[in-house]
This record gives sequence, structure tokens and C-alpha cells, in this order.
Amino acid sequence: MSCPKGEYCVALFERDEILLKALQEVKKEGIRIHDVFSPYPVHGIDELLDIKRSRLPVVAFLFGILGLALALFMQIGMMTFDWPMIIGGKDFLPWPAFIPVSFELTVLLSAMGMVSVFFIISDLKPWARPTLFDKRSTDDKHVLVIQLSEQKHSREDIQGLLKNNGAEEINHQIL
Amino acid sequence: MADPSLSIQKPLVTGGKTAHDVTQDVCSQVEKKPTKEWLVGISISLLCLSIGSYALLRTLWDGIGMWGLNRTVGWAWDITNFVWWVGIGHAGTLISAVLLLFRQRWRMSINRAAEAMTIFAVICAAQFPILHMGRPWLGLYWVFPLPNTFGSLWVNFNSPLLWDVFAISTYFSVSLVFWYIGLIPDFATIRDRAKGYISKIFYATLSMGWTGSAKAWSRYESVALILAGLATPLVLSVHTIVSFDFATSIVPGWHTTIFPPYFVAGAIFSGFAMVLTLVVVTRKVYKLEDYITIRHIELMNIIIIITGSIVGIAYLTELFIAWYSGVEYEQYAFLNRATGPYWWAYACMMLCNVVSPQLFWFKKIRTNIASTFILSIVVNIGMWFERFVIIVSSLHRDYLPSSWAMFYPTFYDVGIYLFTLGLFFTCFFLFAKFFPVVNMAEVKSILATNSEKYLKTKNTNKT
Repeated sequence: MSCPKGEYCVALFERDEILLKALQEVKKEGIRIHDVFSPYPVHGIDELLDIKRSRLPVVAFLFGILGLALALFMQIGMMTFDWPMIIGGKDFLPWPAFIPVSFELTVLLSAMGMVSVFFIISDLKPWARPTLFDKRSTDDKHVLVIQLSEQKHSREDIQGLLKNNGAEEINHQIL
Repeated sequence: MADPSLSIQKPLVTGGKTAHDVTQDVCSQVEKKPTKEWLVGISISLLCLSIGSYALLRTLWDGIGMWGLNRTVGWAWDITNFVWWVGIGHAGTLISAVLLLFRQRWRMSINRAAEAMTIFAVICAAQFPILHMGRPWLGLYWVFPLPNTFGSLWVNFNSPLLWDVFAISTYFSVSLVFWYIGLIPDFATIRDRAKGYISKIFYATLSMGWTGSAKAWSRYESVALILAGLATPLVLSVHTIVSFDFATSIVPGWHTTIFPPYFVAGAIFSGFAMVLTLVVVTRKVYKLEDYITIRHIELMNIIIIITGSIVGIAYLTELFIAWYSGVEYEQYAFLNRATGPYWWAYACMMLCNVVSPQLFWFKKIRTNIASTFILSIVVNIGMWFERFVIIVSSLHRDYLPSSWAMFYPTFYDVGIYLFTLGLFFTCFFLFAKFFPVVNMAEVKSILATNSEKYLKTKNTNKT
């Protein structure tokens, strides 16, 4: 995800509990948080950053329904309508025999569809070359980023607040 | 927030590792020059692969007449190997998906290697049905729903062999995606440490521009959970459908309803054995003893006892039902298995699968690396024999005694098996060199060094 140009205040945290406490304080002051970059998922951060629950499960469900419909359409179309044949004395519509393939295609389309949508909405693509605020955010640091231009508070206030709330390192970046 | 359970439970990762240590320990294996052990390992694998390739090419050139099959025994090594490899794959999905749903945190340091194993095992498994088609280039019309040249005569959706095509390809695709999704954040970690030009491009491409923003993690977690939810019934369905290949036939010894659960248990059993074989070596060579601890190995050995016992009960149930059914053919099939010309294969199966895992009831044995390694190989030999016994001993004496025959493997049967072993280990060695063998992001989230308790004890020690 590309960042808009501007001035940013970047604070590094080592432990997730301290990060969460700092986030609460920052939120209390009414400072808008640009984003937080973490090396691993931090539980409880979604509420603090007002991240809504992902609707990807719904996407998976819809793709699953599509997979099931396609599987039934294919099997019934081929075996019952296009070239009906009696195989092993079974009916032209041997529905129990259609269960395995229907199940597999439901799972296949559900998984593939959801993952494709995940890649698209998260802007994940092989040629993406993002610039990180701090490369340590994929190693061991949680990086809290605040865009300065859109705040009421001064730069010094924000930096002081972060420092008091356990930020290990604070720097100022201009993109 | 760090999970409160971290302060109560024994730490899963020992040695007081910090998040940075995790990155360092795992990435350094990717970054440094290949070790001597690795070069020796991959050379042996490539040697197996090349010897096996000869057998494979001769089979393609001259046809499957090169194999030891005959009119009575039309399925033997090929399908044995197919079922064996598919079964091995199951442990990877079980570890990453089922244990994720059950919130078993100990899966985290072994799931990456186990999932890699799944993918390579399924690739190996797929070789056998493809080769058994004889002319695989025509097989496109036999396995995929494409109309043939005479019009729109389609594939037969009543056939379990066709269900298998869908099951295996779905299983492969979903496992691959699941594995890859888990790898993305770790590729990003390697990308951000990479020094060389080529490795920078390589890992930047693989990590697809991952930044680790809060929103991305939130979506990532929901994708991982849904994929686990999808993979769990999928893994059960795959071996169920593999067992349908046999169970829907009318061959005595195959035509039983116990097959699906019995095959799934056997698959998990053999898969965990293969995970142990690989993990015991990997942790030693890569010095990952703090991540894959004795406790991990013990827990896996406990799963081996459970699944091994289920398999044992299944064998006994089969025998009982054969007797209780009153069907003469069924009774003969089982009598022939145990006392016929293939009695040694049956004895080997019983010994390796039912007796040997019971040794893990002793804590000393299940917490010992050497005995775990040996028993894991014994179990895999046993599970290979299980499939051989089911397939060959049921076929070689069918309803018509005049067509009774024996199966003798040729060099080409063995050669193609060697080919898949070479393929599997070549892939695994490449994975172990170029990919992070431990899921760094997940392990970092369960570090004991993150917990309040650890910091308190650390601070009191200081003062």
C-alpha cells in the first residue's frame, strides 16, 4: 500500500503490550494513527486501529457456492443430459457418486477465490516493491507510524507522548 | 497482547530466544553458503533421482510392460507407492490446519517443514497414476472432463479413480496456497535482510510486497483460519477417496466400509513418522534444538501411539468382520494374507505398525532422539507394507484359482520408487536451503521472552 507524501513520525516498540498501551494513549489524545507494522500479528490491535473484521470469510463462502454449482452443473450436464449412460446399473442421475467431486470443487474454488481476493485487496503482487518505514518491522520491532501533517498536535508533543509511553526509538521521516 | 497462557505453560521455545534471535537463527541458514552435510545430502538425492529417471524414461518409452505386473496382479508397486506418498502428505495438513483449529501452539515450529513435506509427497504420489496410464500424453482425455474425439463422451463421474483426480489436485492446490500464504511474511523478513542483488530480487518477488501492516495481518489471520477450516475436511476427504479406489470394488479384502477411517488414521500415522524423520535430522543439522524441542518430538510420538493403535484396531476389526461376515471369499482373503505366500509382508506390517509404536509408551523411548528416528523409519516401512499387503495379497488370488499368480517387482518398479524418493529429498533439501524452515512470524508470537513472567524473573535476577 502506497503512502501519501508528507512528514511522518515513526516510533519503534519492542514488546506488543507496550505498543498496545501506547496506542491507547495516542488514541486518547485524538491523534490519528497512519499504520502499525509488525513482525507478527498483534492481538487486540484491530479494535485500537478501528480495523473492521475482514469480510474474506464471506468471499470464501460465495466462491464455495460457485464451486458447488459448477461441479453439479458439470456432472449432471455430462452424465445425465449430454450423454446419458447406464453405468454399473446406476441411475442416469447417480447423485451419491457426485458427492466427492462436488465437495472437492467447493473447497477448491472457495480457497482459490478467497486467496485471490486477499492478494488483490491487500495489494500483494510479485512485482510490488514497497518502501518500509523501518526494515526492522519484519524482524523484531513494531513500528507505529503517525502522519504529522494531518494532526492538531505539534511534532514535539507527539514525540514526547510516544517517548513517555515506552517507544524505544523515534524518528522523523519525510516521504 | 501476549497470551496469558504463555505465562502458565512451559515455554515451547527454549533458550530464552528473542524475536531477533529467531530471525537470526532461521535466516542465517538461508543466507550462508551451503554446508557440507547439505551438499552430501542433495548429491545422494540427485543420484537417486538420476538412477530413477532411467527407469522412468524406459517405462515411458517401452510401456508399463517393463513393470512386474501381470494379468492377475494389475496393480502393485505403483499404487502402493501412490497411497504411501499421499498418506505421508497428510501429516503436514493435520499439523498446520487441524492443530491450528485446536489452537495447539506446539505446531508452530514444525508446521512449515511438515507442509513442505505434504507438497513434495503429493507431487511424488501423482507420478504413479500418471505413469500407470502408460501414455500420459493421452491421459488428458481420461482424467479431465474433456470431450473425446468421437464426440462428447465424457469421463465417468461414477468412478472413484476420477474422484481421486479431483481430490488430489484440490489437495495439492489448497496445500500449496496454504503453505505459500504462511511463507509470505517470512520471505519479507529475508528480503529486508538480503545483501546480494539476486537474493534481494528473489525474496522481494516471493514476498509480493508484504509490509506487515495491521490491516494486512488482520486479513492474513482470517485467510489462514478459513484455509485451515477448508483444509481439515479436505484432508479427511482425500484419503477417504483414495480408500474408495479399493472399497467400491468387489475384490475380497477391499470391499469393506472400514476403509475410509482406517486409511485416514494410517495416513496420519505414516505422515507423522515422516515428519519425525525429517525434523530430527533438520533440527540437528540446523541447530534448531531450541525451536524443535524434545517436547515437540514427544507430542508427535504420542500422536504416533494413538494413530498406530487405531490402525492396529482396524487390522483386528478387519479380521473379525471377515470371520463374522460368513463370506467364504472374504475369510480366505484374510487367511491368505496372514498365512499365504505373502505372510512375511503381513508379519512385517503387523510388527512395524502395531507392535513397534507401542514402545513409545515408555517415556525414555519417546523422548530419545535416536529411538524416535529409528522407529519413525520402521513405521514408514510398515506403512508401505500395509499398502502392499492390501493391494497385492487381495489381487494375487482372486475368484478363479486357475489365474492365481505372484507379483515380482522388476528393476523398473523399484527404479521409479527410487525416482520419487530422489525427487522428494531433492525438493526437501532445496526447500531447507532457500526457504525459512521454521515459521518465524508464528514462533515470534509465542516466545516466552514476550511474556510478563519472563521479564519479571529476568529483572529480579538482575537486582
